[in-house]
Amino acid sequence: MIPALQASNPIVRWSWFVDEWDQIQAALVQHLELTLLALGLGLLLSATLAAVALRYERGAPSITAGAAAFYTIPSVALFGLLVPYTGLSRATAVLPLAGYTLLILVTAIIDGFRSVPAEVREAASGMGMSSRRRLLTVELPLALPYVITGIRIATVSTVGLVTVAAIIGQGGLGRLILDGLRRTFWTPMTIGASLSILLALALDLLIYHAGAAATPWARRRRA
Amino acid sequence: MTESAIRLLELTKLFDGAGEPAVTALTLDIPRGSIVALIGPSGCGKTTTLRMINRLIEPTSGRIEIDGEDASLRPVAELRRGIGYVIQEVGLFPHQTVHQNIGTVPRMLRWERARVDERVAELAGLVGLEPEQLGRYPDELSGGQQQRVGVARALAADPPVLLMDEPFGAVDPIVRARLQDELLALQERLRKTIVLVTHDIDEAVKVADRVAVLNVGGILEQYAPPDELLHAPASAFVEEFLGDDREIRRLALKRVGDLPFEQGPVLDIGRAPAEARALLDDARSEWIGLTSGGSFVGWAHRDHVEEAATLAALPRELPAAQVRASSTLREAMEVIMNSRTSVAVIDDGGRFGGIVTLEQIRSGLAGRDA
Repeated sequence: MIPALQASNPIVRWSWFVDEWDQIQAALVQHLELTLLALGLGLLLSATLAAVALRYERGAPSITAGAAAFYTIPSVALFGLLVPYTGLSRATAVLPLAGYTLLILVTAIIDGFRSVPAEVREAASGMGMSSRRRLLTVELPLALPYVITGIRIATVSTVGLVTVAAIIGQGGLGRLILDGLRRTFWTPMTIGASLSILLALALDLLIYHAGAAATPWARRRRA
Repeated sequence: MTESAIRLLELTKLFDGAGEPAVTALTLDIPRGSIVALIGPSGCGKTTTLRMINRLIEPTSGRIEIDGEDASLRPVAELRRGIGYVIQEVGLFPHQTVHQNIGTVPRMLRWERARVDERVAELAGLVGLEPEQLGRYPDELSGGQQQRVGVARALAADPPVLLMDEPFGAVDPIVRARLQDELLALQERLRKTIVLVTHDIDEAVKVADRVAVLNVGGILEQYAPPDELLHAPASAFVEEFLGDDREIRRLALKRVGDLPFEQGPVLDIGRAPAEARALLDDARSEWIGLTSGGSFVGWAHRDHVEEAATLAALPRELPAAQVRASSTLREAMEVIMNSRTSVAVIDDGGRFGGIVTLEQIRSGLAGRDA
């Protein structure tokens, strides 16, 4: 039975927040690290898969279908399945988290490159641009708004999923939540959940602004 | 015959899986410094032909010589940097400013920054872009302005050859006419070898020095200057393609200055009314033109001339229909249709230059070829 809210166990006891600040800060940093590692690895894998899908058009449906299938595996189950192979290590947390970003990122990258107008490609080639130069100076920048949107969604969803990684002992804000649940002590749970939300929002905002700064032409287009 | 800049020799293109060739044994000499229009119905291979020149499409057989050199032997990137390419959709880079867009090829050629800036500014002036537009993105420009940027970008590295694929097809008729005029003015100065694909016979007739009419499958039906094409179509296909009003279209090709125009019944207002009456009888005309100090001042009707004491006192009909020696016969006809006099006065830089009548226009069309 979960006891009702009472004066002795409020939603947040601020004294705990102050006393345990070191622990909270460590959890926040761990959370951020796991998120960034998963996103970095996910982006790398996605770029590779998307490149293959864009080059071999016929392979594209199986690649996105594979990423979608992976996405349907429940995270708790996947963490558990990996433990026998990779132990209670960071890799056990990062690999599935990276895997979950694939569906969003691969789709975003493919959509981004497909959004490059055919006449822009034709003009670039017609001017004698090499395909490498065209990719780097024309297609990549034009795909960027799609990729950035994909990264934003992947980031928010990863920050949420990292809390689950606490069950295999990888720390992060999820540990505070688990801790609170186990002791039916609301304060760590509230703080863990709130900081997770704030982290997701902060990263989203950061990427949004970084993206807008990197694509000034698209901002004017949006306006 | 002028030296040819581009020669197509027995050029054939058969696309994979297609039963019939898109272009069939096409041989064409494109003279240096001239504008050649490729025209024909859809499926006539005009765009395919154009794209074989800069090797966006490789021919199945046949050869393309540019400056006497086999194009297929040159590195493709180098070949294309020497050939400006303008397409209907323009294909500007939306993520780059107008300045960056125009400087694309110079940057690829590793020009120094200052030289690129100077060239971009020069081209902006040439195609009629305002300096403050250089910092804008393509989406912030109108269709006509975008097309000007496209032309400037194609000209950036001063290529001797320019390929244009329906360059003015996406803009409205008024802007199109202006862009065509600008192209002609540009060509007057630059003397590029231009190959232009169009489906608009009026455009071909207006801008091209020679027109190649292609039939479905890239079969050349006729290759001739516009006036010859309109006056003497080489086949039933060409005749049908040009339409029933092809003689009327020729009006746009000839200028008032080309006509054997006359002085007409025109007199200075200081002369005696009797002279005017004699002149009217002589010319069997209802109207007399009056000049003062060499400038045309108006028309007077015969009835008034009979009673007038002086020519200066005559009631004058104004404004007189006016054309210039550089006006086309089509413009002259338009002016005449809109006036009460069936005569247009040639304004030669403020001075009276003569008169042009419908009869003169008619004989001008038939005249020299008859």
